[in-house]
Amino acid sequence: MNTDYSIVVGGAAGLGSRRAGLLIAKLFSSLGYYVFIYDDYQSLIRGGHSFSNIRISTSKKLSYCSRIDFLIALDKRTWNEHQSELKKDGLLVYNSDNFNVSEVQAIGVSAQAIVKNVGGKKIMENIALLAAFVKALGIEWNALKDLLTKEFGKDRKINLEIAKKSFEQNKSLMKIKKTRRKKQFFLVTGNQAIAQGVIQAGMKLYFAYPMTPATGILHYLARCGQNSKIKTIQLENELAVINAALGSAYAGLPSAVGTSGGGFALMTESLSLACQAEIPLLIINSQRAAPASGVPTYTAQSDLSFALAAGHGDIVKFLAAPGDAEEACYWAGRLLSLSWEYQTPSVLLVDKQISESTFSFDEKILAKIESIKYLKDNNRSEYLRYQDTKKGISPLSFPGEKGKVIKTTSYEHNEAGNTIEDEVGVQKMQDKRLRKYEEMKKAVEGMNTVNVYGNKKSSKAILTWGSSKGPAKEAAENLNIKMIQLLVLQPFPIKEIERVLEGVKSLILVENNALGQLGSVLTSYNIKIDAKILKYNSRPFLAEEIEEALNKILKNEKK
Amino acid sequence: MKKNNLKLETNCVNTWCPGCGNFGILIAFKQAIISLIRKGTPKENIVIASGIGCSSKIVDYLDLNSFCSLHGRPIATAEGIKIANNKLKVIVFAGDGGTYNEGISHLIHAAKRNIDITVLIHNNRCFALTTGQFTSTSPKGFKGKSTPDGSVEEPFDPLKLMMASNATFVARGYSAKISHLKNLVLAGVQHKGFSFIDILQPCVSFFNTYEFYNKKVYEISDSNLDSEKHALRKINEWQYKKDSKIPIGIFYKINKPIYK
Repeated sequence: MNTDYSIVVGGAAGLGSRRAGLLIAKLFSSLGYYVFIYDDYQSLIRGGHSFSNIRISTSKKLSYCSRIDFLIALDKRTWNEHQSELKKDGLLVYNSDNFNVSEVQAIGVSAQAIVKNVGGKKIMENIALLAAFVKALGIEWNALKDLLTKEFGKDRKINLEIAKKSFEQNKSLMKIKKTRRKKQFFLVTGNQAIAQGVIQAGMKLYFAYPMTPATGILHYLARCGQNSKIKTIQLENELAVINAALGSAYAGLPSAVGTSGGGFALMTESLSLACQAEIPLLIINSQRAAPASGVPTYTAQSDLSFALAAGHGDIVKFLAAPGDAEEACYWAGRLLSLSWEYQTPSVLLVDKQISESTFSFDEKILAKIESIKYLKDNNRSEYLRYQDTKKGISPLSFPGEKGKVIKTTSYEHNEAGNTIEDEVGVQKMQDKRLRKYEEMKKAVEGMNTVNVYGNKKSSKAILTWGSSKGPAKEAAENLNIKMIQLLVLQPFPIKEIERVLEGVKSLILVENNALGQLGSVLTSYNIKIDAKILKYNSRPFLAEEIEEALNKILKNEKK
Repeated sequence: MKKNNLKLETNCVNTWCPGCGNFGILIAFKQAIISLIRKGTPKENIVIASGIGCSSKIVDYLDLNSFCSLHGRPIATAEGIKIANNKLKVIVFAGDGGTYNEGISHLIHAAKRNIDITVLIHNNRCFALTTGQFTSTSPKGFKGKSTPDGSVEEPFDPLKLMMASNATFVARGYSAKISHLKNLVLAGVQHKGFSFIDILQPCVSFFNTYEFYNKKVYEISDSNLDSEKHALRKINEWQYKKDSKIPIGIFYKINKPIYK
């Protein structure tokens, strides 16, 4: 049977709705289900309304649904905001000490009383509701007990008491089964997947200034660093962050930085420096709704044009935009190693929807990430940092090597790294970097730069990138058409795109921005787009929205 | 030590104006580095970082590991180099424009975290390479191309700023007092923690202060170096006033845990 449930857990910030959502996800994950969590929260610390939309399924899904099967309401506002999403036969689990609902199938949990009875804290009411929900689904007590025992440290005993009491007080309404799948996936956020990817490739230093939605990478790596050789450092601003990272890469340590659009904008002068000075560096830009401060805790794919053009001057860099946790992990590592191989910056473009959503993660991807390799200088003669080679890639050496002087600079320079201004010298070095770009293009041609899903033979195709992959793939599969996802956007894999577009007569663009930014890139390569589906209200696409829009477009085409 | 290890010159043509204060800084620095190498620091473990401006051209004239960064950013660059490899001695050359205007946040935070690098500021009290505009340390009334009627802003004292930022080594030198400056640089580089040396540097083209400094500058002795009160009293003697004496030397030096 194809199980596909949607669960919403909501409450004011501080009531523990996110934690409850994650516990539900972990419980289902332990039963063999695939999990996807969309976390919706506002830019505030206490109050407001936060919710997690958890999708539980037997086949992998990467987006959430607007119609839900279960609603767990920690407060009345959650009920008010989400009651219209609850399916007719859906189930509500709510805190009956706060409010009352009569007209739907509902389980009122006396959460406040249960928690008070055992001397718990207000936030633990989430466990009382969780336990009632688990009981309603007919999941055994032991499964919940094991989970809570694993998840809680110092508050374990009291949370177990609360859960047990609520579990006993409530009744079972159905019977959820274990899946047949043996393998259990870890649950990770996109940010955690990115962090694992860069560690796997050999990153040694991570510099950042906090900025939602990239901050999760900083937090995760700071924790990892406590037992490893990776250092994670917060500095005074994004300018310090990227320049310190360039300093550490010059000194020989693979480094990365992470930020969101505004911070990335501040970093672009130094991105240009990385290109000129040929210093390897990975820059992670996790987009949020923009322009300017935009909508900080919500999403968009609207930095693409900017990221492609980032850096003043003739810039050679890599840019990849993964569409889920495994791709984010792989490309974070891959880009860092490409940066070292070609001694140039690279940009990983993700967004809130990838960074902060939680995915069932297949860790096999980690083994596919190759460690950093670079052209080492083994010469004993005078070292030239910018030695003019056939491929434009010069051997690398680092300060501290006896007998060598390593000079690097933001100015145009000669092979030794000293400033020059003469026209012959300037052109020679620009040509060196261009030859390197040709090598980068060749490298990209040999990679998996484009994914194709759905009905690969269909003459109708939707084309997208980044986090819109999940909903677009689901929509294409439901409508039995082709879906094309671009993974690498710089150097632009035009040959591969042309190849997958063979036989496509109707091409529909799907992007989470207002201008159709990937569309503009395609148009510049003379690729005709027949229709665009754009969403730009700071919320991610749902598969059902894309499906509905596609149905309209395809119907009009028939006319 | 082999003689060829001490070659510090490059083949680059020096483009500073004849009589530029930077020459004094270059000579003093070379002497300090030679002394440092003789004392046992391997030449390959020395890294210099610079930003943009006349001061920052110095990296082209020194056969040392170097990173010429962006305007205002060399302190951040140097911090990254030091964090990556603690064995390296990292020294920053930057101007007043780059450090006190464009990149002031990095100066303050590097001092605050007491990272073990040395910052040498070529303080000519104007933007020179951009042909003469006022900076944070230009006197009020400075007539530059952007302020033909004179700048209306009062300068601030970077030494006081460094004291407020918890710098553990605060000094001032004068580019025309070469052997004094050499000793300052050496003391700064050998200091364990963040060392800051503001160097008075006349700009012959846009703010020629030779005569003024020659008259006013006097050397202070290394006394009460761990007293904040004493340091501030000495620093406050000048405050960019026209009529007062200008003390140079080490004002403050204390030991504190180093950022790692």
